[in-house]
Amino acid sequence: MKILVTAKRVIDSTVRVRVRSDGTGVDTANAKMAMNPFDETAVEEAVRLREAGTASEVLAVTLGDAGSEEVLRTALAFGADRALRVESDDPLEPLAVSRALAALVEREQPDLVLMGKQAIDDDSNQVGQMLAQHLGWGQATFACAVRAEGEELQVTREVDGGRRTVAVRLPAVVTTELDLNQPRYIKLPNIMKAKKKHIDRVALADLGVNAAPRLEVLGVAEPPPRASGERVASVAELVERLKNDAQVI
Amino acid sequence: MEQEAYEREALTYDVVVVGAGPAGLAAALELIGGDDAASESPTVCVLEKGASVGAHLISGAAIDPRGLDDLLPEWAEQGAPLRVRATEDSLHYLTSKRAVRLPTPPQMDNRGSYVGSLGELGQWLAEQAEAAGVEIYPGFPAAEVLYDESGAVCGVATPDMGRRADGTPGPGFEPGVEVRARQTGFAEGAHGSLTQQVIERFGLRRDAQPQTYGLGLKEIWEVDPQRHAPGQVAHTIGWPLDQFTYGGSFLYHLDPRRVAIGLVVGLDYQNPYLSPFEEFQRLKTHPTIRPLLEGGRRIGYGARVLPEGGWQSLPRLSFPGGVLAGDAAGFVNVPRIKGIHTAIKSGMLAAEAVRTVLQAGGNEADDLDQRVGASWLRDELHPVRNIRPAFRWGLLPALAYSAMDTYLLRGRAPWTLGHEPDHQRLQPAARARRKVYPRPDGQLTFDRTASVFLSGTHHEEGQPCHLVLGDPGLATRVNWAVYDGPETRYCPAGVYDYERDADGQPRLRIDAINCLHCKACDIKDPPQNIRWVVPQGGDGPNYQGM
Repeated sequence: MKILVTAKRVIDSTVRVRVRSDGTGVDTANAKMAMNPFDETAVEEAVRLREAGTASEVLAVTLGDAGSEEVLRTALAFGADRALRVESDDPLEPLAVSRALAALVEREQPDLVLMGKQAIDDDSNQVGQMLAQHLGWGQATFACAVRAEGEELQVTREVDGGRRTVAVRLPAVVTTELDLNQPRYIKLPNIMKAKKKHIDRVALADLGVNAAPRLEVLGVAEPPPRASGERVASVAELVERLKNDAQVI
Repeated sequence: MEQEAYEREALTYDVVVVGAGPAGLAAALELIGGDDAASESPTVCVLEKGASVGAHLISGAAIDPRGLDDLLPEWAEQGAPLRVRATEDSLHYLTSKRAVRLPTPPQMDNRGSYVGSLGELGQWLAEQAEAAGVEIYPGFPAAEVLYDESGAVCGVATPDMGRRADGTPGPGFEPGVEVRARQTGFAEGAHGSLTQQVIERFGLRRDAQPQTYGLGLKEIWEVDPQRHAPGQVAHTIGWPLDQFTYGGSFLYHLDPRRVAIGLVVGLDYQNPYLSPFEEFQRLKTHPTIRPLLEGGRRIGYGARVLPEGGWQSLPRLSFPGGVLAGDAAGFVNVPRIKGIHTAIKSGMLAAEAVRTVLQAGGNEADDLDQRVGASWLRDELHPVRNIRPAFRWGLLPALAYSAMDTYLLRGRAPWTLGHEPDHQRLQPAARARRKVYPRPDGQLTFDRTASVFLSGTHHEEGQPCHLVLGDPGLATRVNWAVYDGPETRYCPAGVYDYERDADGQPRLRIDAINCLHCKACDIKDPPQNIRWVVPQGGDGPNYQGM
């Protein structure tokens, strides 16, 4: 089985994100970047499937500018066999990303596409589903466990109130939850080796994708600051305030 | 430390540098790009505990470009992030209501300096170094010094990853890696955890005064452009600190719309009730500072100690198998409140000395002290060596002494004033005056929790605590009983707190996940019972543009 796994470069989850003062977006200057944590679980799962002998090859793919090759180096250090960047200096919308990936799947012919269910920057949660549609493949989203069973995968999904296991025939698209696995600590020697590996590049235009934006961002705002607490004199007052002011009971 | 039987992988370089700050990166660049092209460049690896280069770098900063001029003379053309020239510069003595302008002493003349961010400078230096062939590995701290059979340093090891809180290997356990090298450069910054071990082991401080430190706290604000004057530099002394506490504030107008404001408090302070964090919050309410920040937005917070011992506190800089550079050794020019240019220069000199050893053989760069003595570092640091220690006599006598030392003696006093270790300076709580600080207003002044949040600090949960108590009982018997828990006040991140156990006895609680890696506790703890060790790789603050 050949696996194509995606990795998006996003602002690191530990960074306190700031909205630009003109409200047009998020301030990315000097912000530490990292691989989208959902993609990290996807890469980890792909590498585990290869290590278990289920998969024969893991190809890691990103879309973005030259800086985004950093996440491909990380994927290679995790244990991916090959890495490929679709070159694009402009931010891409989910539809364009899914089309580019579909074109890439035609070229690379993987049996499984593993990807984070969403990226923590725009939280769209669309690309996996759109990609399955373009390809006419089955999909299993929100995976928290993946098991290969002959020609199919048994995927356990997080659903409201519990878990549900579905079987999906290959080829398929599987999108991952954070609790699918605990990504490994990357070893220093593996990072060193990953630095020297080759990264393939494909121009977005060469994939024949129309990447023209279709969405317009009207505004970006920070959540309102939390109001400071108040001290009340008695339980009776507390109940009264919760009932009438906060209207929570 | 217990030894366990597992194999660690080993990697080998000519030189390993600990710390990707100005000193370490300058050393790496100088090593790899030295001008005798005939000889082959050594292989150089830089280890950095921050998750990215710059994540743990913090400084004012009004940067003297002299170090960069020597290291990369084309820095302006190569796009170094020194863009805003210092324009006006002023020194004020503050009382609670007023500001009295003082003549700017020659050391504080910032003409020719640039206001900017050390973090950004570090990132840029790292790009230059990587382009030159240096390998830099952020997220991989050095946790252990390796010694060969002869007792010489032969490299460092990265920490194990994935241990549980009790120290046993967890499910994802990954042992550390040994990075072996012919020479190891320690450029960990002020009070580096491995540097301290090496200084101790090789007796490097035998002929030097103890190191003394200041704790620097800093915030970045985005302010109203109307009140913003890029390049403006202002320093204050006096309020909110008392006459016997050394310290002062800085305020730099960066671009665009950003202002860096900070307070440095000498860790030789005596009153255990003093809280550098709260003093800093109070500073911002001064009538001359408040209007600048009001209506603005605080976007960054951080803290770090800086070495203030000066020339007389520099340890021997070489030892078998390695060298010290930058703040780890203590190259800050205290009256100028600058240490970036000197860190760069000391890194370069360390690299030159190390190169000679690599070529000629031998295991110690023992001419490094002479190289420093013959460089402009001595010309800059030696004449000002007596100014900082004079402040133990109180602010006004110190100002008078400084004026005499600077203008009459011109730094050529036939004496050198010494230092006392900071942890010995604290008075018992019974003899000290309690301090009451105003509550934060959430607009201009904040509590520690809200501040630490802005630092982006992060430590993976479930790992062994990286703030180690030698004797847990000592915290209650000495810190609590005698000094009323001073660590709850000097820690700028709220890591320490006392809680009552089931028997109603006070017990020190350590919230290591908040730690900013400032090292104040390792320095100021009166019984020297708190030891700061490196946590897992990549943990700690995630400063942006600090």
